[in-house]
Amino acid sequence: MVGLLDRRLVFVTGKGGVGKTTVAAALALFASEHGRRTLLCEVDAKGDVASFLESKPTSFTAGEVLPNLWAMSMDTEASLREYLRLNLRIPVVGRIGPLAKAFDFVATAAPGVREILTVGKLCFEVRERHYDLVVVDAPATGHIIGQLAAPQAINELVKVGLIRSQTDWMLDILSDPLQTGVAIVTTPEEMPVNETIELVDRIGKETTVELASVIVNRVLPELFGRSEEEVFDKLCADSATSELTRLAGADPGPVLTAARLAVTLRRTNAGHLERLRTALDPAVPMLYLPFLFARYHGLRSIRQVARSLGEELGF
Amino acid sequence: MAPRRAPEATAGRGSLENLLASREIIVACGPGGVGKTTTAAAAAAMAAARGGGKVLVLTIDPARRLANALGLEGIGNTERRVPDSAFASAGIKPRGQLFAAMLDTKESWDDLIRHHAPDDRTRDEILANPLYRNISGRFVQSHDYIAMERLFEIHSEGIYDLIVVDTPPTRNALDFLDAPERMAEFFSSRLLRWLIVPYRSRLVNFASKPFYQVADRILGTQFLADIAEFFILFQSMYDGFIERARAVQRLLADRRTSFIVVSTLETVPLREAEFFAQAITERKLHLGSIVLNKVLPDYLRDPAGAAVAERLRDRAQEIAEAVAPTIGVPDTAQVRRVLAEVGQNYMDYRLVAQSEAEKRTELFTTAEAVVSVPYFETDVHDFAGLMRLGAGLWGE
Repeated sequence: MVGLLDRRLVFVTGKGGVGKTTVAAALALFASEHGRRTLLCEVDAKGDVASFLESKPTSFTAGEVLPNLWAMSMDTEASLREYLRLNLRIPVVGRIGPLAKAFDFVATAAPGVREILTVGKLCFEVRERHYDLVVVDAPATGHIIGQLAAPQAINELVKVGLIRSQTDWMLDILSDPLQTGVAIVTTPEEMPVNETIELVDRIGKETTVELASVIVNRVLPELFGRSEEEVFDKLCADSATSELTRLAGADPGPVLTAARLAVTLRRTNAGHLERLRTALDPAVPMLYLPFLFARYHGLRSIRQVARSLGEELGF
Repeated sequence: MAPRRAPEATAGRGSLENLLASREIIVACGPGGVGKTTTAAAAAAMAAARGGGKVLVLTIDPARRLANALGLEGIGNTERRVPDSAFASAGIKPRGQLFAAMLDTKESWDDLIRHHAPDDRTRDEILANPLYRNISGRFVQSHDYIAMERLFEIHSEGIYDLIVVDTPPTRNALDFLDAPERMAEFFSSRLLRWLIVPYRSRLVNFASKPFYQVADRILGTQFLADIAEFFILFQSMYDGFIERARAVQRLLADRRTSFIVVSTLETVPLREAEFFAQAITERKLHLGSIVLNKVLPDYLRDPAGAAVAERLRDRAQEIAEAVAPTIGVPDTAQVRRVLAEVGQNYMDYRLVAQSEAEKRTELFTTAEAVVSVPYFETDVHDFAGLMRLGAGLWGE
């Protein structure tokens, strides 16, 4: 399978709360540090990308936030303007205000129109080779299918016209595994794993885009092996308490309970990971990113995630 | 309706008890991945168990095991009674009755069309229209609207004393709050009428209008005609829709309705939750509570615990040698490794717990109650687990 960094367009998706934006930003940062001229595009304009990269707010016009790394946020109306400016030389474009409003209106009713303006802009950047790699902080699992399947949907709904011919080249880019891939971010927890398994299935059935990778975020460290756990159990036994209290200077109860908590959490997570692994095609690479026990967030944590991601990608 | 038990005077700022006893509708919202669905289910189960009356939880997309716990496996739009045996499995004899339903977007839309369509022919044409099928099935914003619409429908039937509704994960935090209003605006728009005029009257030469020239070149004539047909069909239901959307909006703003914002104390969800809370307040809706889920236990911030952990980590060798005979493990190196790991682990978790506690104090809110629910080591997968979470919501 083609490596993540060797593609030209990577959609990063996942259930809300799993760290999708963090991973997308880390992937883009790592790529930019490894010689790829990279564009990171935030589709849900929440401003998280700017906050994580500690840059000024992103806009539809991409700005270089770090060396070799550009960031932008999607704006479907701006995308429409750009599209019209580039493709249609019609005098009415001067009076774009009401046109955009009308289009917005049609887009609300006609599913896929808004999505195609998003995907269209991303594919345009790929086709024009403005960047080596475009990383998309894509919508969450509930919405990504609508986005990836938009060109197809339009292709089926619209039989003739400019937009029809436009979807053809987009489909060529999206359907080409050498160029495009989806990375699903998850955590080793029940709901994210369930959603990932369902999404993998839907991506295969409803879109033409290849699943490039499943990235498991916030994997807890393994505290002990099996024999060490036996030692731990003995340390927790009532017979050891008074001796351990004397040696440690105070009641070790909270510390031992915390270790028990960590072991249980890790074990529960391992069960969900096993379920995920079994459900996935073995050809799909799984990447593991450790839980960050850290107070900081922002660029410093993105750098740390980028390093882990790099190791997992074999750099 | 069964009489509702008066709330305990003692239940206070750290509990959902008062809120659930005094409202008819509770809307649970918040960022994705924070346990919103489970929280809604647990709150409803507690209200049924302790408060009494008929309580319904309307969920969107529960985890399979939660659906199982509620007896919802394979069930669609219709409400089902959660059997008392489910409560019994958790050792509880409920005062009231718990019902659960899962929102099926497509089915709800079809029901709505059947309800509003002026005649059978229009109904069938709409149900068969490709654009309608796309909107009801795939279109994201339709989920937001239909969830609120279904809530309205069930509430107006007057069967339940309390309805707890889970909200769909939205692209934008405010989508579902604005959905009824936007739907009303959409159907009353002048643009809509303008768009469909040429298709109603062949006298107008629409091809001469610049908008149609552009739209035609982009979208193609057939697609425009499809859109127009869809709107013409929909217009027959215009009044019903507008009225309904406005009524839904009024219900959300009514004092019988309250919102709870569910979050964790992680940076990103919390920021989003604050945004939610602010939006609710700005819209003059009632913000009843903020529920903080998966809060790490207090013992992780115990100062004495930190001292012990550092000692175990930093003097692992010495302590291992001393304790090895007591526990009967000859391999002191192994004991040293375990002690060091145990100590470091506490310090790691402590860091996270402390940062959470700081965020908890910084949390500014106008909510009547802020409820912290502890981190449970396993996911909620049975009714007992749900009741354990419920007890947390009651501040126990």
